[in-house]
Amino acid sequence: MKTRIHPALIAFSVFTFVFLIGPLIIIIGTAVSDTTFLTFPPQGFSMRWFANIFEVSAFPRTMVTSFTLAVLATTLSLMVGVPAAYALARFRIELPKFLANVFVLPILVPEIVLGFSLLKSVATGVGASIWTSLLIGHALLVLPYCVRVVGASLNSFDFSVEEAAVSLGCPRWKAFFVVVLPNIRAGVIAAFILAFITSINDVSVSIFLTGPGISTLPIQLLAHMEQFFDPTIAAVSVLLMGVTVAVMTVVEWTLGLTFLTK
Amino acid sequence: MTVSLTLAHVSAHYGSTQVLEDLSLDVGEGELVSLLGASGCGKTTTLRLVAGFLRPTAGTISLGARNITGVAAHARNIGLVFQTYALFPHLSVLDNVAFGLRQRGMGTAERHGKAHEMIERVGLTGLADRYPSNLSGGQRQRVALARALVIEPPLLMFDEPLSNLDAKLRVDMRVEIRRMQRAAGTTALYVTHDQEEAFSISDRVAIMHRGRIMQLDAPEVLYSRPANAFVADFVGFGNMIPLEVAGEDDTRVIARMAGGATLSLPKADFSVPGRNFVLAARPEGLGVSQGGAGIPATLGLRTYLGRAYQYRCTTDVGEVIANGPLSDPLEPGSNVTLVPQPDQCCLLPAETA
Repeated sequence: MKTRIHPALIAFSVFTFVFLIGPLIIIIGTAVSDTTFLTFPPQGFSMRWFANIFEVSAFPRTMVTSFTLAVLATTLSLMVGVPAAYALARFRIELPKFLANVFVLPILVPEIVLGFSLLKSVATGVGASIWTSLLIGHALLVLPYCVRVVGASLNSFDFSVEEAAVSLGCPRWKAFFVVVLPNIRAGVIAAFILAFITSINDVSVSIFLTGPGISTLPIQLLAHMEQFFDPTIAAVSVLLMGVTVAVMTVVEWTLGLTFLTK
Repeated sequence: MTVSLTLAHVSAHYGSTQVLEDLSLDVGEGELVSLLGASGCGKTTTLRLVAGFLRPTAGTISLGARNITGVAAHARNIGLVFQTYALFPHLSVLDNVAFGLRQRGMGTAERHGKAHEMIERVGLTGLADRYPSNLSGGQRQRVALARALVIEPPLLMFDEPLSNLDAKLRVDMRVEIRRMQRAAGTTALYVTHDQEEAFSISDRVAIMHRGRIMQLDAPEVLYSRPANAFVADFVGFGNMIPLEVAGEDDTRVIARMAGGATLSLPKADFSVPGRNFVLAARPEGLGVSQGGAGIPATLGLRTYLGRAYQYRCTTDVGEVIANGPLSDPLEPGSNVTLVPQPDQCCLLPAETA
């Protein structure tokens, strides 16, 4: 039997995809344009703007900074967030209700406020180095994702499984690693990816905390665009898209994309 | 190895609420004792105290001669079977069963051998490589049982192990649990809210209410000779009729009830526990008869039970429920007398009512 699909539904779907994918295609087109300014459709074809990424030394440098920062901040955040999520789920009845909301504050507070308050407290207040400030800022920024996503996995976890392990002779701390962690693995990986992407993309917090000699890729992109309006920016964007697609492909191969939505 | 379990004067609190009050309990070697009661009676708390997941605020818990009150849960060596089965979702049946052996540092070959043997014993041959999500409820509970038994614990504990299974399977599984426990000779503590389940598999049953044991006895004793009104009501003595001794001779006691009617209780059948006492009667323990000596009653609503008719009766002591024979249905409004049948009645001291 053929299912009839309403023409309006087809039109709506096409429309949605055009808006989702269209801008990305424009970026790709812009990046290969043989002009010194951003333009679409591309005029000529050239890969020189891709090469230029590595000639402007700030781009590779800030890429390394952003990547390192994202890995470290996400790891730090998971080290705080996983135990926090565990405690919130395990002792839901005993712990005060507002505690769960405290961990979501960094996304409820406008990011720009978070950035500014970190500048006042951590950077100029305590006098922490730029690197330390950035690390703390990003870790805070991504903490809600870690707590929430890992928490969602833990909420469907039956804690008597952990007690079963203990009754079979497994000490409590070990039971967490042997029994709890393997069963919330999907949540932890999903949290890592979400947090990583959030950190890599961040502008509002980073703009307050970056300083002389240390910048992140998005901040560098902004700075570059103010000075030169050339397709290098598009080329960097295409590169980032490529990395995202690569990560998602690996995730899809190894775990299946559906686990991100679980 | 089989040992006894002893709880001596154990109390427990959740915050400011006392959940267990001065509870003492002895489970003999190889014995299966059930804790039976409604939710909130403290039966699961008792089990969790023994398991080591909770700490008592007072009292001691011992396994044999060993005081385990302060011992960490993982060092107690107690086999536990949970209501939710609590299998490790990320491990196969084999690895689930072998988990406890692995924690004890047993080598791969030996623990797999033992696990396979136990999997066979609980009737799951051929399912060793399955994961819990691919098993039925009954199969999962068998895995849970195998997992608890394979570590050869001196004590096995069950926390409502059958309440997630359907009625037919429940009966089969409880027989199986009893058989396995007997065969292993392991001392066992079994928590349930299901009276039939507790009575059918236990050597002794502790009926619990508000953090106390109301009576601890063999099922037969609980059923026929409850020690107090709570237990009497719990095991089905639905009618409680307060009485006072009015006189006696060599063969019988004359007891008077509120309203002035008297009952003649043969001494051969009834032992009167004091001057004031309570006659506890099952509905089938009050024979409905027209005329004669007994409790005067007016019949109310009649319901059909299949084996008998049941009547709501109005008496001087309130509503009483009595069963009458199928051969002789009586109309509502009839005046009758209710005659206590010794085998379906018991007498309780008034102060326990």
